[in-house]
Amino acid sequence: MKLFFTVNGERRDLELDTRTTLLDALREHLHLTGSKKGCDHGQCGACTVMVGGRRINACLTLAVMHQGDEITTIEGLGSPDKLHPMQAAFVKHDGYQCGYCTPGQICSSVAVLEEIKAGIPSHVTADLNARPGLTADEIRERMSGNICRCGAYSNIVDAITEVAEQQA
Amino acid sequence: MKFDTPATTNPIDQLKVVGQPVDRIDGRLKTTGQAPYAYEHNDAVRDHAYGYVVGAAIAKGRITGMDLRAARAAPGVLAVVTAENAGALGKGRMNTARLLAGPEVDHYHQAVAVVVAETFEQARDAAQMVQVSYAGAEGAFDLAAARDLAEKVDQSASATGDFEGAFATAPVQLDATYTTPDQSHAMMEPHASIAAWDGDRLVVWTSNQMIEWGAGDLARTLNMPREKVRLISPFIGGGFGGKLFLRTDAVMAALGSRAARRPVKVALQRPLMINNTTHRPATIQRIRIGTGRDGRIVAIGHESWSGDQPGGGPETAVDQTRLLYTGANRLTQLRLAVLDLPEGNAMRAPGEAPGLMALEIAMDEMAEKLGMDPVEFRVINDTQVDPNDTSRPFSRRQLVECLRTGAEQFGWSRRSARPGQAREGSWLLGMGVAAAFRNNLVMTSGARVRLDGRGEVTVETDMTDIGTGSYTIIAQTAAEMMGVTIDKVTVRLGDSSFPASAGSGGQWGANSSTAGVYAACVKLRNAVARKLGFNSADAVFEDGQVRAGNRSVTLAEAAGGEGMVAEDAIEFGELSKRFQQSTFGAHFVEVGVDAATGEVRIRRMLAVCAAGRILNPKTARSQVIGAMTMGVGGALMEELAVDTRRGFFVNHDLAAYEVPVHADIPHQEVIFLDEVDPMSSPMKAKGVGELGLCGVAAAIANAIYNATGVRVRDYPITLDKHLDRLPELA
Repeated sequence: MKLFFTVNGERRDLELDTRTTLLDALREHLHLTGSKKGCDHGQCGACTVMVGGRRINACLTLAVMHQGDEITTIEGLGSPDKLHPMQAAFVKHDGYQCGYCTPGQICSSVAVLEEIKAGIPSHVTADLNARPGLTADEIRERMSGNICRCGAYSNIVDAITEVAEQQA
Repeated sequence: MKFDTPATTNPIDQLKVVGQPVDRIDGRLKTTGQAPYAYEHNDAVRDHAYGYVVGAAIAKGRITGMDLRAARAAPGVLAVVTAENAGALGKGRMNTARLLAGPEVDHYHQAVAVVVAETFEQARDAAQMVQVSYAGAEGAFDLAAARDLAEKVDQSASATGDFEGAFATAPVQLDATYTTPDQSHAMMEPHASIAAWDGDRLVVWTSNQMIEWGAGDLARTLNMPREKVRLISPFIGGGFGGKLFLRTDAVMAALGSRAARRPVKVALQRPLMINNTTHRPATIQRIRIGTGRDGRIVAIGHESWSGDQPGGGPETAVDQTRLLYTGANRLTQLRLAVLDLPEGNAMRAPGEAPGLMALEIAMDEMAEKLGMDPVEFRVINDTQVDPNDTSRPFSRRQLVECLRTGAEQFGWSRRSARPGQAREGSWLLGMGVAAAFRNNLVMTSGARVRLDGRGEVTVETDMTDIGTGSYTIIAQTAAEMMGVTIDKVTVRLGDSSFPASAGSGGQWGANSSTAGVYAACVKLRNAVARKLGFNSADAVFEDGQVRAGNRSVTLAEAAGGEGMVAEDAIEFGELSKRFQQSTFGAHFVEVGVDAATGEVRIRRMLAVCAAGRILNPKTARSQVIGAMTMGVGGALMEELAVDTRRGFFVNHDLAAYEVPVHADIPHQEVIFLDEVDPMSSPMKAKGVGELGLCGVAAAIANAIYNATGVRVRDYPITLDKHLDRLPELA
């Protein structure tokens, strides 16, 4: 069926099988392959993109559910010549190895800082009435839906912390 | 270039670029989603179709019939390939089980068909319509049950002195059995390939650690000439040994493409990966250590049982025990049972990773029996020579320095020798240590280096970067050798049309592949000097220029409009036989164990490594912290659950096969000791990517014991294994 949504600020018109996931629409139809397919089942987080400013697993949602939505992918955050601060921090802190989970980690990282800023609590927030802090524990908890089998977690937390401190 | 005498001073020793913590040169591509992985070469192929793999629903038996009518009639379907219509297939040299079943089925989720359709959704839908009937056969799936049937294998077997006699009379003895479970690589990028035929020539964009092996085995499997197969694998989303070999995605894409007369993409579905591909086999390990009252080892024996498919091999879990500690009387022995589980094969640090999971708990137990500090017990049993052949020294061995440095940096003196003593609220606290050991392997590795009229350098080799940092360290090597800055170097990897390299495996890649680039650069330097009429021994390559005496020429001028190119390979001689080349480390871990629930949390981790010259401290550190993370998985959560009745791994996706996530991992510290090893290569480097995993799980196990006083010898250490024996809550 026909639909459109906005990807990285650009309106995209598509005609898609109703079974096509948002992830496959991005990767296979728009050739925006920065969003990765690690499991296709919402288990790994490699496909994380932002829809309406909130992060979601693009493999767990059908493209046809996003008529008119505003979608941001890793390609929309920055480019090799003009890195987003989070992308630059990942390079500086070596917050990746094979790079396959990296776009998902970075999209999640950007969204996590917004969630903390917005006062949204997490499992490790001790006081639900207080604003959650920008602590390593908060970051680790909120990033735990993004698996990195290369095990760059310690460096990723350093990268996110640096960006958070720059923003503060 | 033959490497058969110890390295002397060479241009790498300048360390202007090599040895510096350079950011990855592919970092901007990876962080912006612009690095193309196997399934993403949309610019290279047009009009491709999609393949979807159907896996066998039994572990052993025969396919008695396949009804493909519904699948073939489904919308968009272009072809259904099975063993019946695939034509005669060979088997890759590195494969134990075939990559397409039929009529015999060798293991669960072995591919039985690939369905090719216009779209992914159509292929997936039609794949569900493939009707397969089977006649199941009895199989062996339980290592513990097959243990007594396991046969001795010669590999890794050794006997020195009189082990049995010396052990029996040793004043202090330990005889303990440990188990490690089947584990999965679980790399983030699924095995994936795009295949395209041009007449009788085949190009496959794939995700493979060893391009030369992969291309050869694909040709062998398809019964076609090797030179007509090209593999391209510039970016690999993790491997850990799981992508060392040709897998079914490449074969199914090639067969599907031939049948559909279109390029075809295949990615193994995540739920198929664990049973379809290889895994690290489970082990049962018996360790016996006998010492004098002074703590010196007089007898050390390590036996290990594992299983594999018929024709497969053992998990070489006893290897490190041949070399790690002193002792005049020694025994190592592997036994292999035939199992009909999926194929067992190499996973990061094969042998040493599970071997040290057991040995380094045994060392902790022995230290306790002796009333010795576990660091001191290891220190007094150090050896600087191969204990099986004392005429053979280690090239460099700084295990003691690793242990001492780590103990000091970690605050080891604060550890209570008696377990169960340290508390913080409801947390039982403990510290653990383990030695890390992994042999340094070397492999022939080739490269081609081009110098162009702009003074820029391009390196081509079929070496792969699986996250290890190959792009970056190869660029650093070429920059150092040619006297240019790293931004003047372009590195092209992972294409079988480039010179064959060591590839990525066994932690041999960094040292061997950069040594191959070194060799090609030496040849290019000599050619440049010759062309300029310089004595090549006097020529200095620096700041984009070549200088000799008071003459100086820019590299751009030297190369001229046509440029210059040199190709060579490093070939290793007898030095690795005359000297035992190994890498060493020490892991220190602090854990907290919840006194009420038994939950384990890692609080601090430190690794100290001595592994030759560190080519890039930033990427090398990442290798080590990543390995430490995998070690946390091995200690606390990773286990493929075997259905011993139906013969498969039950938890075959990333929800059920648990690996560490952010919340499991604290800040990690890594210290590299200053070391160069002139016996290993002109780079004087050794491997480090697997060393980082070796011993981690045992250090965690020992820390848990130190916290709780409950010794668990069966991995992973899940809370059910010690909950009923935890100290009473005060």
